[in-house]
This record gives sequence, structure tokens and C-alpha cells, in this order.
Amino acid sequence: MAPEELELVVSVPPHIREREEVSQIMFWVVLGLLPATLGGIYFFHFYAIKVIVLSILAAVATEALFQKARRLPVTINDGSAIVTGLLLALCLPPKVPWWIPVIGGFIAIFLGKQIFGGLGYNIFNPALVARAVLLLSWAEHMTKDWYTALKVDAIARASPLFLAKQVKMGLFQVDLTRFYKICLFGNPSGCIGEVSVLLLLIGGGILLWREIIDWRIPAGFIGSVAVLCPLLGMDPIFHVLAGGLILGAFFMATDYVTSPITPNGRLLFGIGCGLITILLRSYSILLEGVTYAILFMNACTPLIDKYIQPRRFGVSKGK
Amino acid sequence: MRPRTFEGGIYLLGRKEATQNKPIEDIPLPPEVVIPLHQHVGPPCDPLVQKGDRVLAGQKIGDTDTFISAPIHASFSGEVKAIEPHPYFTGTEVLSVVVVPDGVQEEVRLEVPDQDKLTPDRVRSIVREAGIVGLSGTVFPTHVKLSPPKERPIDSVIINGCECEPYLTGDYRSMLESTESLIVGLKIILMTVGAKKGYFGIGVDKAEAIKRIEDLTAREQNIEVVPLDTKYPQGSERHLIKAILGREVPRDGVPMDIGVLVQNVATTIAITQAVREGKPLMERVLTVTGPGIKNPKNLKVKIGTLVKYLIERCGGFEGEPGKIIFGGVMRGEAQFSLDVPVVKGSQGIVVLPKEMAEISSPRPCVRCGRCVKVCPMSLIPTFIVTYVMEDKIDEANAAGVLECIECGACGLICPTEIPFIQYIRFAKNILLKERKT
Ligand code: SF4
Ligand code: SF4
Repeated sequence: MAPEELELVVSVPPHIREREEVSQIMFWVVLGLLPATLGGIYFFHFYAIKVIVLSILAAVATEALFQKARRLPVTINDGSAIVTGLLLALCLPPKVPWWIPVIGGFIAIFLGKQIFGGLGYNIFNPALVARAVLLLSWAEHMTKDWYTALKVDAIARASPLFLAKQVKMGLFQVDLTRFYKICLFGNPSGCIGEVSVLLLLIGGGILLWREIIDWRIPAGFIGSVAVLCPLLGMDPIFHVLAGGLILGAFFMATDYVTSPITPNGRLLFGIGCGLITILLRSYSILLEGVTYAILFMNACTPLIDKYIQPRRFGVSKGK
Repeated sequence: MRPRTFEGGIYLLGRKEATQNKPIEDIPLPPEVVIPLHQHVGPPCDPLVQKGDRVLAGQKIGDTDTFISAPIHASFSGEVKAIEPHPYFTGTEVLSVVVVPDGVQEEVRLEVPDQDKLTPDRVRSIVREAGIVGLSGTVFPTHVKLSPPKERPIDSVIINGCECEPYLTGDYRSMLESTESLIVGLKIILMTVGAKKGYFGIGVDKAEAIKRIEDLTAREQNIEVVPLDTKYPQGSERHLIKAILGREVPRDGVPMDIGVLVQNVATTIAITQAVREGKPLMERVLTVTGPGIKNPKNLKVKIGTLVKYLIERCGGFEGEPGKIIFGGVMRGEAQFSLDVPVVKGSQGIVVLPKEMAEISSPRPCVRCGRCVKVCPMSLIPTFIVTYVMEDKIDEANAAGVLECIECGACGLICPTEIPFIQYIRFAKNILLKERKT
């Protein structure tokens, strides 16, 4: 071939890529959520499957419709709507009416993501936005629809945090060690994704190992809860295991778009989430410390990004 | 012990297998060479010959009297066919001397003193007359680097043996094949700038080179070989100094400010050849490689040889070529044509086949933080790009765009394919122009 006929690509360096696609990253996140998802299905059978499928379908459909309507490229292939739908399902109780996950999926993508301009522009974690809206609008369904068909005793049937309030008020005594075990291995109450802290940790471990998420966020989050609880006379193990804290710390707070971008910023973000969770849990009637803590810290993210930046190379500290 | 390194950066695939064990080869006489009269930082040279003149190999054919500049030499004996603008690897055209070799290869050399009569000033003038510039692509005139002002003495000299660009193996082969010249070169530099200590910083992926140089310098008290992590961009001057000496070059400073001088392998060998044998810089070692080349090789190439000729010498293309890169895949420049000549700063020619020459389709940043994690200058590349996109050049400046060393690490890993360097260069151009006026 004569050189004149060559069709050469001319672009700026680098000329090779060693990147993970957004869709690959989302694949790993789904994989990380898989153990907990399967755990939820194991405990709640069809109820869990129904909520998960509806939530994901609603999220993906909303994304596609919205992008079509605005004549934007449809990006459901990047998997981010699937992750949002799955995350939302995992923090819903299994026995909610069918329209709760549908509305939730819609809210997550529409209010939580697309009105900001789509992936990359949203300020708040879409799944948590939906959860917060659902909590405010249909608190009944969101807190009371625990699965009761299984024969479980009083401890396991009550939402752990609800239980904690009652224990605090001296309503009844609980064998804590037993409670820890239930939380860790299988707790058929609460939300679909919270049945077993152990399964969540396995998934979180996968994401840490693949370096999909930054360890600083869960470490800051869980660490600050564990340190703060004893200072406030609360049981640290209980508060770490209960109330979706592990789910939130590994899978919600680590959402790229809505958490800080620098290493130290992420640590601070995690610590902030932990502090606010504990403050909400101890000083307010809100049982939903984790959700609101993360949403609050999402709002602080631009500020953290602005002020917590790494020391640049060749710039001495004082300058 | 873990090899020393710097913070940030990224572990790349080396991709050096195709050529790392192939000795450097000479190539037959090309039909013509095109020697650009501007191959260094500083103003271009004026031609010293005319069309129709016969030139000798090593004869000076271009020079200026500016301090920051370096003369140009003919690389073959032969006839000057033309002096005309010719395509250059940066995409512009540069006044060049076209020489048709006569095959005799009659050479002239510089006059050099006995080695025991060498003085620093003598070394500087030989290095200047030999036209030596930084052969790593920076092409800064070497005699200027060898002339530190009195108030900023040099205490350490580092020879950069990292060659952290994927695919390239020219420095590695030179370290193995010209080990003695390399060590002599370091000693000449130490003497010239009056530095006490010399270091070789070599990536641990080049274990054989580390061993060879260690063996040959075992008795030298003031020379140390430092194995370095195979991380990109370890070969950046600033990060090399940081890894070896723990010192940081201030953001708007140069290594000289902290008493350090860094030279690369090819330059150091060129210094030895000039000072010992009076040989001007008229050839260099480079790697012609990449999955788009049939028979990748390390070659010793005369300055001015056209790329198309080199590709022929390496068996031609493998499959359909998609991208031809001057330099390495991380920092090199993609070419429009095969009609560009090899210049002093050319470390390699990498050909990527069509399937690897992807055209990026950038999407909005998802804030994954990967670019922040790898940036060796601890910048926040995505913020810089956003500022430039929004035409906020002053904010990009405050975010450190001028500190970017254009290593390309951010662009390599970004999941949304943001063309960082495009925006960064755009902003740098505006800022540097403003600075001048
Ligand atoms: S690597 Fe790309 S997507 Fe990730 S933060 Fe940087 S610019 Fe954004
Ligand atoms: S911003 Fe510049 S120095 Fe930092 S990784 Fe990107 S190219 Fe390299």
C-alpha cells in the first residue's frame, strides 16, 4: 500500500488505554451486591425477587424513556441504572406493595439523577433519594411491612433499630450476643439487603480487592461509628451491625458521583457519615440514620472537594 | 526490600517483549536523509551549506550563536540536494537540509584533547560543538545543563535508566551494549559540574542492566546504582529525583535549583563519544516497534532517516496500520505521514494496527477518582479539564495546569475516555502566551 493511502488516526497521547469501562465497574458492583441479594432471596423468597425485579425494571425503563424523550443517547448499557435499581431494592422491606419499588425506581432515576443532567452530574445518591422520598411519603409500608410469614421470635421479627429504641426505653431485655449472631449470619427482618452482614462484607471485600471502591469511605464510616458509640455510652457492635450501616458504608456512600474525589476527602466523608449516623440515632427519633447521614454528606461533597485537596508535587506545605 | 519510587503513578504493562532481547542493529544506507535545522529547545539554526555542496559525515551544516541552541551535523557524506521546508514530527514544517549519501561515508571529527587534559570548560565546548541535546525527547541543549551558575552548585548527577514508556527498549539495550561508555559519561559529567555523587536510577524490570552496571561500578565509591519500581512515569526527572534523593523540585523550578542534574542514557553515551572520540551527534538508537510492525527492532539510525525507510527495514506493516507514533505510546506524537525524518529527540517509532488506534468517545466524568489517584503531580486532572471546558483558564491555572507533566496516566485509565492532554495543552498555550506578553 502506498503511504499516501494510509488512513492514520492522529490524536493526543496517550495512545493506548488500560481502562475499566463504566459498564465493567458497574458489573463488579452488581457482583459485590450479589451475595446479599441471594441472601435476601433465600430468606424472603418470591417477595424479594418481586421487589428486586420491579425496582430494576423501573429504574432502567425510566432512564431509557427519559433519555429518549430528551433525544440523548440512551446509556442503559453502562449498567448504572441497574445498580441504582438493585441498591434501592436492597433497602426496601420485602413485603412492600408492588408499586413501591416501581415508584421508587422512577424517583431514583428521575429525581435522583436525570433532572441533574444524568450520570456524573447528580448531587445525591439516586437510590437514597428514592428511599428518603418513600420513607417520607409512605412510612407505613416502609417500616412495618416486615416479613412475618416465617416463624421467627420477637427479637428477629422486629427491625433491629426499632428494637434498640425499645431496649433503651427499658421495654424489654435482649440477649445481645444472640442478636449479634442473627445480624451477622441471617436476620430475617428489616430490608432485603440487610439479612446478613457477613454476606455484605463478602461483597464489600470483592469491591475492595478489585479496587472498585476506596477503602477510606467504609473505613471512615464504620470506624467513626465504632469509636463514637462507646463515648456516647452506646454499644458499638450493635450499631455497626444494625440498620443497614454496612450496606450504606460499602455500597451507598462509595457511589463515585456523589462522594468526594480525593483520598483524604473520602476519608473525611466516611467519618462525617459515621458521625451523623450516630447523632441521628441517639438524638432523634429517626431510625434512618444511615440514609440521611449519607444524603447530608452528599450535599457536603462539593465543599469537601474544594477544600480537601492533595498537596501538589513541588509545593511546600505552608504555601 | 521494595524498590524506591514516588507517590501516585500507575503500573503499566511493559509490552517490551518484542525487542528487549534484540541487539541494536545498524541499517543500510538510505537513499536520502532530511536533516531539520531545528532539533532542540531554542531558536533554529541557520544553514551553513548550499544546494549542490558536498558535505562530510559529521560536518556542521547548521548553527546559531544563541547560547540555548545546538548545532546540526550532516549524518552522511554526500551531496546537498535541497534546503527546503519539510514535514516535521510535530506536524509543522521545518527548514531542512536534504542530503543524498554517496556511500563513501567520509567523516570529520571534532578535535579533542588528551583525556588527562580535559577541563570542565573544554567538555562544555566539545558537547556544544557536537550538537548534543537531551535525547529523551526534551532536546534541551546539554552544554547549557552542564553549565550551572555558581550560586546553584550541583551535588548529585542521576543517569535516567528507567525507560518507563511501554514498548521502547533502546535505552535498555544501550545500557547492556555500551555499559562502559555510559559509566565514563557519568564520570565526565561529574567532573564537569563538580558534583560529588553519581547515581544510576534503573527500573527493576531491567535486572540485567542493573547487574552489569553494578558489577562495573563496584569499586567506585561515588557511584551508586539505585533499583527503582517499574512504575509509570518513574522516568520523569522530578519523580526520579524524588525516588532517589527524596528531594522535590519546586513546582516552577528546575532540578538545578535543588542541586541535581539528570541525564538520560543515550545523552550520556553521546557525551562520551564526543569527548573521547570527537564524534558529533549524527545518529541515535531507537526502537521501531509495536504490534503494527512485522519485525520490531532496536536500530542505530542516522539523523534525518525517513520513517518510511525504517518501517521497510523492519519488514513493513503487520496488518493495516492505524496509528504511527513518534516517541512512546504514553507521550509520543501521532503522525500524519511517513515522510518525517528521525531527529535527535526520537526515542522510538511505534506502529499500532487499526484495531488499537481507537478514536475516543468522551463522556461526562463519573468522578471515580482514578485520575486523581494516578496523577504523579497530585493534581485533580478532572477538575482542570472541567475548568478548561468552561473556559475558566485562570481557575485551571490555580488548579495547577502548568504543573502537569503530560505523562498521560490520567488519560490511560479514565473510564469515560476524557482527552485530558488536549484540554491541558490548550490551557497551557494560553497561559504561556499571557506570561510572555
Ligand atoms: S478518571 Fe475520568 S471518570 Fe474518573 S474521575 Fe477522572 S475524569 Fe472522572
Ligand atoms: S494531569 Fe498531567 S501529570 Fe497528572 S496524570 Fe494527567 S498528564 Fe500526568
